[in-house]
Amino acid sequence: MSGVERSLPSDEARELIELVRELIAREIAPRVAADEEAHAFPRDVFTKLGRAGLLSLPFAEEYGGGGQPYEVYLQVLEELSGAWLTVGLGVSVHTLASFPVAAYGSEAQRKRLLPDMLGGETLGAYCLSEPESGSDAAALRTAAVRDGDAYRITGTKAWITHAGVADFYALMARTAEHKSRGISCFHVPAGTPGLAAAAPEHKMGMHASPTAQLSLDGLRLPEDLRVGEEGQGFPIAMAALDAGRLGIAACSVGVAQAALDAAVDYAKERRQFGRPIAEFQGLSFLLADAATQIAAARALYLEAARRKDAGRPYGPEAAMAKLFASDVAMRVTTDAVQVFGGYGYVADFPVERYMREAKVLQIVEGTNQIQRLVIGRHLTTR
Amino acid sequence: MNIVVCVKQVPDTASERNLKTDDKTLDREAADGLMNELDEYAVEEALQIKEAQGGEVTVLTMGPDKAAETIRKALSMGADKAVHLVDDALHGSDALQTSAALAQALRKIGFDLVILGSESTDARTGVLAAMLAERLGVPQLSLAGKVEIDGGNVRVERQTDYGHDKVEGSLPAVVSVVEKINEPRYPSFKGIMAAKKKPVEKLAVGDIELDAAAVGLGNAPTQVVEFAAAPPRAAGTIVTDEGEGGAQAADFLASKKFV
Ligand SMILES: Cc1cc2nc3c(=O)[nH]c(=O)nc-3n(C[C@H](O)[C@H](O)[C@H](O)COP(=O)(O)OP(=O)(O)OC[C@H]3O[C@@H](n4cnc5c(N)ncnc54)[C@H](O)[C@@H]3O)c2cc1C
Repeated sequence: MSGVERSLPSDEARELIELVRELIAREIAPRVAADEEAHAFPRDVFTKLGRAGLLSLPFAEEYGGGGQPYEVYLQVLEELSGAWLTVGLGVSVHTLASFPVAAYGSEAQRKRLLPDMLGGETLGAYCLSEPESGSDAAALRTAAVRDGDAYRITGTKAWITHAGVADFYALMARTAEHKSRGISCFHVPAGTPGLAAAAPEHKMGMHASPTAQLSLDGLRLPEDLRVGEEGQGFPIAMAALDAGRLGIAACSVGVAQAALDAAVDYAKERRQFGRPIAEFQGLSFLLADAATQIAAARALYLEAARRKDAGRPYGPEAAMAKLFASDVAMRVTTDAVQVFGGYGYVADFPVERYMREAKVLQIVEGTNQIQRLVIGRHLTTR
Repeated sequence: MNIVVCVKQVPDTASERNLKTDDKTLDREAADGLMNELDEYAVEEALQIKEAQGGEVTVLTMGPDKAAETIRKALSMGADKAVHLVDDALHGSDALQTSAALAQALRKIGFDLVILGSESTDARTGVLAAMLAERLGVPQLSLAGKVEIDGGNVRVERQTDYGHDKVEGSLPAVVSVVEKINEPRYPSFKGIMAAKKKPVEKLAVGDIELDAAAVGLGNAPTQVVEFAAAPPRAAGTIVTDEGEGGAQAADFLASKKFV
């Protein structure tokens, strides 16, 4: 497989994509099916990616980051997600979890925490959702109460990717009553007494990626692990999500592309009525539509990324990219199963996995209804 | 510790490899080149020794211009600098001549330790380490599955069919390694960027006090006289299981000495 021909801004980006493809071929592709079946989280893959510099790409070089524009970082994410969403989405979540310290942390926090976060030594989780607050994220109730030079944190987080396997948790908790201005952001190291992950949820897909509730039972956290000011947590969480949505868009395009590649290969091999099924127009039109939609989705997230890279506002564009790309992923993966016929419905081929993976992309980091809400609000309140 | 790693670019074993009909040498242009796999272990070992003890890692390769890709890979993994022995006069050199050229280059570079993969996947003579040690007049410690540096000495676990021998020699020395020794790292993104700025010195035959008349295909003491393409694979044996299948399969494996 030679892969998608990409528009990349530099020679170094081209070499980066080559490195990513080599890592995928040697370290990721051979184990996806087995680890998904065994629900085995590939922690070692993240270490390898980290050592190769792939967990640091969008962060500043002065803290050990790769100094890459989003335009490049997202295409790496796309490649990884096409190979294995557990890894691609995992990298996106890790970036989301590292963002608060990188963008809002004190100089001391950055110096102390970032090298390990960006080098693959520590893996992150991002904790915003709660059992009672999903789309209405600012309704969160987990409380952080002052206790001398520390906080006591109590509450339950829900749907936490990497819960139980992460080394640190970027956590949003309430420090005052005001709905959105009463939230603060904390850096909680794994192993802090009072922190416990429940058993992983039984998900439709991404079986190798643990998602679980996280309980905080009077957890004591020193004040110097609060990130940003008290009350700044919600803006931090939303800024992280703006960038995170671009990540989900790239993940979506990766999964969709993988499904299309599989469908095209299969359509050329499988024969019915005496010829390859690819020769039936009814089928090739389906493939053509998929390819067109994928190209449009990729162009959309890259345009939003270029806005971000240029320092322009990009929130609504990120929402559009996430909305469109994840809908494309759902449609394309469903059609890919169709191309395989009965063989698409069984686990011997990867397309049923892609279809199960695509669904979650319409839900996480703001459901696609919430993306529409963001876009609509932008249009009508300007 | 001044470590030199000898690396070689070989044709990708996954691509089709052919000898050229005119001079019976490998068609290196036609095949995708990559670093000989065992050499990755040699580079890794050198980097680990450097990380533990300090010092410098120099990569040495002899090969056409294209071999610069393999140098870049070693530099991306973390080697400090490289020497590329490249000269048309060297084309077609056999193992004896190659060892003479590399030995001269090594004398010029200077070294405490030379590390090589124990063989290359193309020619597979597996004799280069021994020839180098002989020419340089230093101890050879071959087939190392583990290397320890202790002051002026090097100790290795030499892999054998029955386990390993513990072998010790004084530095400077030549060590050849096997896969068991470590897990080679991937180049990092930063390493790839940094590699572009690392020095690569090109040397020709004249730079290493070697007589051009002593190297190259025409002067080689060994010669490829004739070659033939491997015969196409014969049809396999199909065992139809009519109750006896297991026994037949076992007999087949036994006849091929697999069991
Ligand atoms: C696999 C997985 C991993 C996840 N990882 C993380 C993580 O790492 N960290 C984290 O914090 N969260 C994570 N989440 C949580 C995810 O972000 C939430 O599930 C999501 O935000 C939706 O919240 P909810 O599930 O409570 O749904 P609800 O908010 O209850 O939504 C239910 C339905 O109502 C619709 N809806 C809600 N409000 C509106 C509205 N105003 N207008 C129109 N429709 C509306 C929604 O679109 C949806 O269809 C993860 C979820 C999953 C499934």
